[in-house]
Amino acid sequence: MSINHQLYLQIFAVTLLATGITISVAHADDDRDERYINKHGDRYSEGNSRKYGGENRGKPIQPAQTNVMFQQECSSCHVAYAPGLLPAESWRKIMAGLNKHFGSDASLDIQDSKEITDFLVRNASNRWSASTAPLRITESSWFMSKHDSHEISPAVWKSPQVKSPANCAACHRAADRGDFSEHNIKMPL
Amino acid sequence: MLRKIYVPVLALMAIAGLQMQPAFAETPDDILASIQKEMTDMPGVHGFSAAHGESFFKTRHDNEWSCSSCHTENPAASGKHEKTGKTIKPLAPSANAERFTSQKKVDKWFKRNCNDVLGRACTAQERGDVLTYLLTVKN
Repeated sequence: MSINHQLYLQIFAVTLLATGITISVAHADDDRDERYINKHGDRYSEGNSRKYGGENRGKPIQPAQTNVMFQQECSSCHVAYAPGLLPAESWRKIMAGLNKHFGSDASLDIQDSKEITDFLVRNASNRWSASTAPLRITESSWFMSKHDSHEISPAVWKSPQVKSPANCAACHRAADRGDFSEHNIKMPL
Repeated sequence: MLRKIYVPVLALMAIAGLQMQPAFAETPDDILASIQKEMTDMPGVHGFSAAHGESFFKTRHDNEWSCSSCHTENPAASGKHEKTGKTIKPLAPSANAERFTSQKKVDKWFKRNCNDVLGRACTAQERGDVLTYLLTVKN
């Protein structure tokens, strides 16, 4: 085996390794099975689909294989919110009302809209057991619980760099890739 | 043996690289010509005016917004989405070669933005005037 060939092999191996590390970091999740103490003083753990009153985000939040159309279209005005953040019914409603999308016309042609809807519905939260289907991610119980005043001081929300709770990327620096792991949080201020 | 491994890998990377090149299906002049074509049947219509386009671009319309609310008064500069704050790349083709190179994208954004700014669709005259103006903006 020539030195040249060995070098290529090494570069290939290092690239593979780096890809693996990136993927595993992206999928890291702080979502351990949380434990509770009930009124009788017993410790118990609730199933993930019953957590947050049944309004739990999916795992994974972003599928390993994303969709180019989703990524392009949904990121033209804001970060492409990962499909696992909401249940399938929420995505169906959002996609059916794109011509009046939170005060803006975000309409798409029928084929593109169908492709994106299919992707969102297929990868929607798999841990959402409630019958609710909010249009805003910020109205779901898991979001409110994760972002309550114990976690985040009110001053952070008022920062001009944050502007709106919809601006995930202000703190979740890899939100555009559907990565919300705690390692990638950096709050302004 | 090794050659067998890295040659296909390199070939794949080359294909991926090619696909990342933006595909410019149309030029801004093609787009302008297609707007012009929509107007041929209309009587009493003259050509497009950059001056009309500029004032249309900068005037607040029925929905309290103007094109420049997001694209700024200088279409060769980057803008910012009024609501989400996301950066919008320059709109003038002189500053951003990707602009007005896809009929599908142009149709999509005129439909959306005219609805947001005017609460109705833009006429061919308005779209033609605006594009004519944008083509005169120098970087």
